[in-house]
Amino acid sequence: MDRELILDARDVAYRYPGAVRDALAGVSLALRAGAFHAVLGPNGSGKTTLVRVALGLLSPRAGTAAILGRAAAAWSRRDLARIVGVVAQREENPFPQRVRETVLLGRFAHLSLWAGERPEDHEAVSRALERCDVVPLADRWLWTLSGGEYQRVRLARALAQEPRLLVLDEPTASLDIRHEMELFELVRALADRHGLAVVLITHHVNLAARFADQVLLLAEGRAVARGSPAAVLTAETVRRVFGWPVAIAPFEGAPQMIPLRSGKDGV
Amino acid sequence: MRWLGLGVAAAAAFVLAVVVGPAHVPLANLMTSDIVRSLRLPRAILAFLVGGALALSGASLQALVRNPLADPFLLGLSGGAGLGAVLAIALRIGGPWALPLAAFAGALVAMGLVYRLGLVGGSALDPRVLILAGVAVGAFASAVTTAIVSLSEATQLRNAFLWLWGGLSGASWDTVLVACVYFPLPVLVLLAAARPLDVLALGEEPARHLGADVEPLKRRVYLAASLLTAAAVAVSGVIGFVGLVVPHAMRALWGHQHRPLLPAAFLGGGTLLALSDTVARTFVAPRELPVGIVTALVGVPVFALLLRRWTAS
Repeated sequence: MDRELILDARDVAYRYPGAVRDALAGVSLALRAGAFHAVLGPNGSGKTTLVRVALGLLSPRAGTAAILGRAAAAWSRRDLARIVGVVAQREENPFPQRVRETVLLGRFAHLSLWAGERPEDHEAVSRALERCDVVPLADRWLWTLSGGEYQRVRLARALAQEPRLLVLDEPTASLDIRHEMELFELVRALADRHGLAVVLITHHVNLAARFADQVLLLAEGRAVARGSPAAVLTAETVRRVFGWPVAIAPFEGAPQMIPLRSGKDGV
Repeated sequence: MRWLGLGVAAAAAFVLAVVVGPAHVPLANLMTSDIVRSLRLPRAILAFLVGGALALSGASLQALVRNPLADPFLLGLSGGAGLGAVLAIALRIGGPWALPLAAFAGALVAMGLVYRLGLVGGSALDPRVLILAGVAVGAFASAVTTAIVSLSEATQLRNAFLWLWGGLSGASWDTVLVACVYFPLPVLVLLAAARPLDVLALGEEPARHLGADVEPLKRRVYLAASLLTAAAVAVSGVIGFVGLVVPHAMRALWGHQHRPLLPAAFLGGGTLLALSDTVARTFVAPRELPVGIVTALVGVPVFALLLRRWTAS
């Protein structure tokens, strides 16, 4: 456990302007290289806010957020982009773009103002395209891609940043089973083989349980439970947080959740 | 190949603007002719610079507000400039530079107002609010202009409008000098923003994650594009269409990456305006067409052709 501590957010609290309650009320998240943490919780539980505070996009009203031992807010966006790659929830480009062009934007923080792309930039792009298995798509327009291909391309752009921490915000929200599994396996492999630290925000409790080392369960801006999937994902906790009765059964060593029928329809 | 084509077109447009005119100047006398030296040459240079400035400003603003329909006058500058010019005439402010300076001042006031309204929560520039503020300020300036015009004598307001839509007829070596001193800084600021604008096109949060300082970038681009447009209005009045159609033509040829797009837009804008101005001053000689009409007449067919090609591929 002496791998380098990359992300260290401690007891951070945040309230959006005009809101009556804290979106985040004292949550911690710490990651070392090679660790894969999943952040789970209902809509509005503070998952995305936690990431924004941890990456210095929002300043916490309490607590501290540090990256590689330095306050998140003290990093310039440019320097931080060389350490943290993010696949955000939303993105919309009003102008059409090709796959290689968008992945090349991942090199933005490595490029100087006037100079063109260097050979190492193109190499980083090629590596990222390969790792995400999207080399054959390189010359396609983004709007011709399927949902799964598009998410892999966005992951490739984050990898082109050559980050040490990868943050994914609901990357499989609209994907079918195959593409979802491919993405989770890819991200797990990046953590195992390349030592990337991974924070994954998701609604997929079962996949988080099978792929992540650690799970952080949020509800109403608070950490309800944290730890190994088996420790966190008990039937009682999941029912309480998500407001629905569930059964938990182990599968290949990971707890798997089965939502129960409510029994209101005549039972 | 594309660059060579654009370069040849630009050079041809420039040469044509110097050689062709209502007064016949034999080619042999071109270098010694007074008409060429003191009228056509400065006018051709100014047309090229203003066209380039408008197209560059339009292309940058399209990226800033993330809307392909943006043009340099979307943000209320033409309304402010018009009000400035009309005010100068209504208040009988004289002198050769009175109208350009008044129009420039009007555009700057409009720019300041729009900028202030576009600031959300004290510091963040919201492009959507910027568009609305631009439309509102422009409409208000137009209303005040119309009020002044309807209360003043007909000949006076005719002067103001002739000037405002008069295009490049006031070109001289003085205005060329003003443009040459003033344009380089905002042009450089916009060209330097090329790669950050590529990133900003993805949206503000993704742009931050990729390492862009989004707020300073938006401020820089808005101010540089507006200052460039305000100066263009001051030396040549309101010339529509160049700032919308040229960026799109260049997008069709070069794609949407701003590093080639922005310089191409500058060259293309200069070419279109030099060409249009040549038509404007020769077609119905000895009278002149407003150059804005010609930019539309020349630009729309070219634009339509490019649009067909673009949507076909």
